[in-house]
Amino acid sequence: MQGGTGLEWQFSARMNANERKARLSRRQFLGETLKTACGVGLFGLGLGLYAQRASALPAWAIRPPGAIAEEDFNGACIRCGLCVRDCPFDMLHLAELGQPIPTGTPYFIARDKGCEMCEDIPCVAACPTNALSHDLTDIEKARMGLAVLVDQENCIAFRGLRCEVCYQVCPIKDQAITLDRQHNQRSGKHAMFVPVVHSDRCTGCGKCEEACILERAAIKVLPMHLAKGELGHHYRLGWEQKQQAGGSLVSPDPEHRYNLPEGMRYEHGGRGLIQEGTAPGPGEAAPIPDNPLETLNRKGPL
Amino acid sequence: MTISRREFIKSQAAIAAAAAAGVALPASLVARAQEAPMDDGLRWDKAPCRFCGTGCSVLVGVKDGRIVASQGDPDAPVNRGLNCIKGYFLPKIMYGQDRLTQPLLRKTDGRYDKNGEFQPVTWDEAFDIMAEKWKAAMKKEGGPSRVGMFGSGQWTVWDGYAASKFIKGGLRSNNLDPNARHCMASAVVAFMRHFGIDEPMGCYDDLEHADVFALWGSNMTEMHPILWSRLTDTRLTKPGCEVHVLSTFEHRCFELADNPIVFKPQTDLAIQNYICNYIIQNGKVNQAFVDNHVTFKRTAENIGYGLRPNHPLEQKATNSGYPDPADPTKKKGDPMGATEITFEEFAKLVAPYTLEYVSELSGVPKENLERLAAAYADPNKKVVSFWTMGFNQHTRGSWVNGNMYNVHLLVGKISEPGNGPFSLTGQPSACGTAREVGTFAHRLPADLVVTKPEHRAIAETVWKLPEGTINDKIGYHAVLMHRMLKDGKMNCYWQQCNNNMQASPNMNEESYPGWRNPDNFITVSDPYPTVSAQAADLVLPTAMWTEKEGAYGNAERRTQFWREQVSAPGESKSDLWQIMEFSKRFKVEEVWPEELIAKKPEYRGKTLYDILFANGVVDQFPYDGRILDDQGNAYGNHESAHFGYYVQKGLFEEYAGFGRGHAHDLAPFDTYHRTRGLRWPVVDGKETLWRFREGYDPYVKAKHPEVAKGDVYFYGNKNGRANIIFAPYDPPAESPDADYPLWLCTGRVLEHWHSGSMTRRVPELYKAVPDAQVFMNKLDAKRLGLRDGQMARISTRRGEIAARVETRGRNRPPEGLVFIPWFDASRLVNKLTLDATCPLSKETDFKKAACKVERA
Repeated sequence: MQGGTGLEWQFSARMNANERKARLSRRQFLGETLKTACGVGLFGLGLGLYAQRASALPAWAIRPPGAIAEEDFNGACIRCGLCVRDCPFDMLHLAELGQPIPTGTPYFIARDKGCEMCEDIPCVAACPTNALSHDLTDIEKARMGLAVLVDQENCIAFRGLRCEVCYQVCPIKDQAITLDRQHNQRSGKHAMFVPVVHSDRCTGCGKCEEACILERAAIKVLPMHLAKGELGHHYRLGWEQKQQAGGSLVSPDPEHRYNLPEGMRYEHGGRGLIQEGTAPGPGEAAPIPDNPLETLNRKGPL
Repeated sequence: MTISRREFIKSQAAIAAAAAAGVALPASLVARAQEAPMDDGLRWDKAPCRFCGTGCSVLVGVKDGRIVASQGDPDAPVNRGLNCIKGYFLPKIMYGQDRLTQPLLRKTDGRYDKNGEFQPVTWDEAFDIMAEKWKAAMKKEGGPSRVGMFGSGQWTVWDGYAASKFIKGGLRSNNLDPNARHCMASAVVAFMRHFGIDEPMGCYDDLEHADVFALWGSNMTEMHPILWSRLTDTRLTKPGCEVHVLSTFEHRCFELADNPIVFKPQTDLAIQNYICNYIIQNGKVNQAFVDNHVTFKRTAENIGYGLRPNHPLEQKATNSGYPDPADPTKKKGDPMGATEITFEEFAKLVAPYTLEYVSELSGVPKENLERLAAAYADPNKKVVSFWTMGFNQHTRGSWVNGNMYNVHLLVGKISEPGNGPFSLTGQPSACGTAREVGTFAHRLPADLVVTKPEHRAIAETVWKLPEGTINDKIGYHAVLMHRMLKDGKMNCYWQQCNNNMQASPNMNEESYPGWRNPDNFITVSDPYPTVSAQAADLVLPTAMWTEKEGAYGNAERRTQFWREQVSAPGESKSDLWQIMEFSKRFKVEEVWPEELIAKKPEYRGKTLYDILFANGVVDQFPYDGRILDDQGNAYGNHESAHFGYYVQKGLFEEYAGFGRGHAHDLAPFDTYHRTRGLRWPVVDGKETLWRFREGYDPYVKAKHPEVAKGDVYFYGNKNGRANIIFAPYDPPAESPDADYPLWLCTGRVLEHWHSGSMTRRVPELYKAVPDAQVFMNKLDAKRLGLRDGQMARISTRRGEIAARVETRGRNRPPEGLVFIPWFDASRLVNKLTLDATCPLSKETDFKKAACKVERA
């Protein structure tokens, strides 16, 4: 038998070189931040500049779960780095000097590594100031941003290919992203499985953007104010109201009856007119029976 | 060229800054930021996809000797331009960073050493040591049974055909088995037992013609993605269409299910018998069909579980077919056995499978069972049943396949558009190579078997071999090979085109000890350093997919060809080249007894290569240095350049001779290079869509001239009838108990192909699904103190692995069952599985073992 550990083989994954690129270690981050904090006093002019930028976080930088509104966040966050320290998956970063993010504040880049949505939310627990709100106790209630399928031209699911990677990796399985099944007009005999994001369930964790197999992701997590439209305040969607109410808001019709020829029936609110024993399409014809009476006595329309 | 968004933003910023400052930047950075679209000058050609049994066609764009582009083939009838996510990334599987480019041998101090380190050697040195070991092994007791090959349903038709000739015709060993043994063997047994001829009667057009789909142990959504989009489209567009999905856990097919059924493992056998009982009780038997086209039988029972003969379960079995301990010259019954019965007796046998009993046994609510049975029984509904590994990987795999035929035959729903049982294959050429070429331990081409003298005679005639060359003893099947390696009764093993150390069951107790047994010499041919290669003694670098000319046969009997598109890296050679070249190392006197040579004295002094390949048939087509397509594009062919004739054409035409005129007719070689495949039998240039029905299948009239118009005739059996064979419910080999309280089921995911040796080297697919997770029920996880993403230790009586817990993923097991995919080389799930097989098909049950899960 072979010596050594024998059975314990490790597969060294061929990772994208981009993903292996050196990142500053957490200790380095904290060290740099400290230096920056000391340097602030010398930076009088610069502060005004940062204050201006503070309310306009770049769209690619996502705050950790529970982050309060951006304009309040920058006041509340004391740049202590504890949330970054306590993230068990090392996906949070502290903004460095020169980045278009207030220095020392936490963020992540979904395409590099999304939020793993820990059930105990250690980043929030670590926050000493409520910049990451301690009211967030259920990670599924987090709203870090919203995933948006921004590029429907390049998303291969929209072309009928069987990808669905964003759907598969979504931690709010089959709720935050669902698949809309549509007939593929071009091929004529395949369905398309089109991903649809639902804002009432999407936490903005970014796993979909991280996993998107395109060279550049077609699905991206965006800050809520960029991602969302808003329905006219006067309008309601009838079928949703009916579902919420558990029935029609106005009494439904009594049973309908119809004048119909033999062999036909009508399904109200369903498929409409139905022909019993529909004639076979091309190539579908049943084989001809041996007994001619069977053919002659066959029920239904010819 | 990939560039992350962060990098992109940075480089854009750098360019902007540099431009402002008038600084020159490195040209490469500018080029990346202003990435130009791929320009013209690509040579496009077609090839079937490398992955599953669906058989999609892709177009391959080559430039400067490299595949730089691909697209779904818009003219392919199967996929009409679509691909799944694996197919989308096809060309990238060839360009992993760690391709093997030269033969590697374990050595210490310059000499072969089983415990040495892998070092580069020449092909000559590789074949020298290999031939030395093979010849030494064959001198031991048992002779040719000391050596063998383990091939693949991903082999090309000619890879498999050459291997069959070399092992069975040349070395006179029947120790040739494909990984299809783990995949399709149960399906094959059932086809042969019920119809006397292998492979589905229907075709993919059934997907548009059926009213009802029933999926049994098939996760088509992930495993046959493009077929699933066809099925879904029918469900969306055809009024009244309904989908029944049966499985031991909820998977993605349940998203479309009108009748979702989660049953307790193994009770599928009982559900099928309930459906038969329902059909009979409700007077829905298609009496005319049954009277004219069916023979009733009952299978031998108490057949054991294919474990080692000393296992307590085998000692109890009376029909295992194993040697009788009391008298080892006799066998304990025959698991294949079946006795003829009447319809009335059949009705009596299924009568105990009542709704109440089966609902209780299976855990499926009565209304779901009734709805399923009613769909099969309704004479106005066309039903297609699809199944894959849930049936095949089953200790009663041959029975559960067969019971599906029982159901369809009782109501006569078979062999016509939209009506039929449909066994889907997992691999791209499980049908084309493993089954049609016959690379199983008991088979020869075109459904011939080694145990029948008249079949051996046919092969010996086609192969120009003296009478008596082919061994009449069935060789070792996949699982038995590992047992024989461990026991030192088989000493040389050559694996091609698969990854059996990762794929085979019970790795800790059987596979690994067998491969590392100091008496044994293991050769692995592969493009990548797989788990198998790591456990081998000699590793041969292999040309893959379009680095060689190929042919595959998909699940609907469609044979598809492709040309060599690019050269393989370094010294890599195709499996075919390796087999043919290695056959030159054997002089006929070294492997045949004198009395056999005396029957063909002209073979004296020749090598097996001379006899098997330079035989006037295989080498009959000249090769002028290039292959041309009808647009005048030129392609290489490294085997033909090396051997000096059009190797693939010669092998194919010789092989096709077995099936032509015998209901396995293939078209001429050149035809396939011009088509997106043809469904056999191809008679007078016409494909066959539905078999066994007059009008669709020309063999019906040929075999039974008086057949009525549109009637069926099951010509695979001599009496023209199909068999309904009663098979009961039997418990599994291993069930959860106090120590190991959970069911373990293994399987696959959409993003990875089999053991992941190719797809895990595609960065995007790796990123999409990096690691195998343990899918489990939330309540089970909670009880065990486990949370999503936490590492868990999963163990069985045979081993343990660690994996992260997933309770909200794509698979949603019921309480008491966990599911782990097997693609992940860093957590080898086959350390956990049990090597129990179906005693008829010898196919492992990878779906049922008892395990426990703990916090790691």
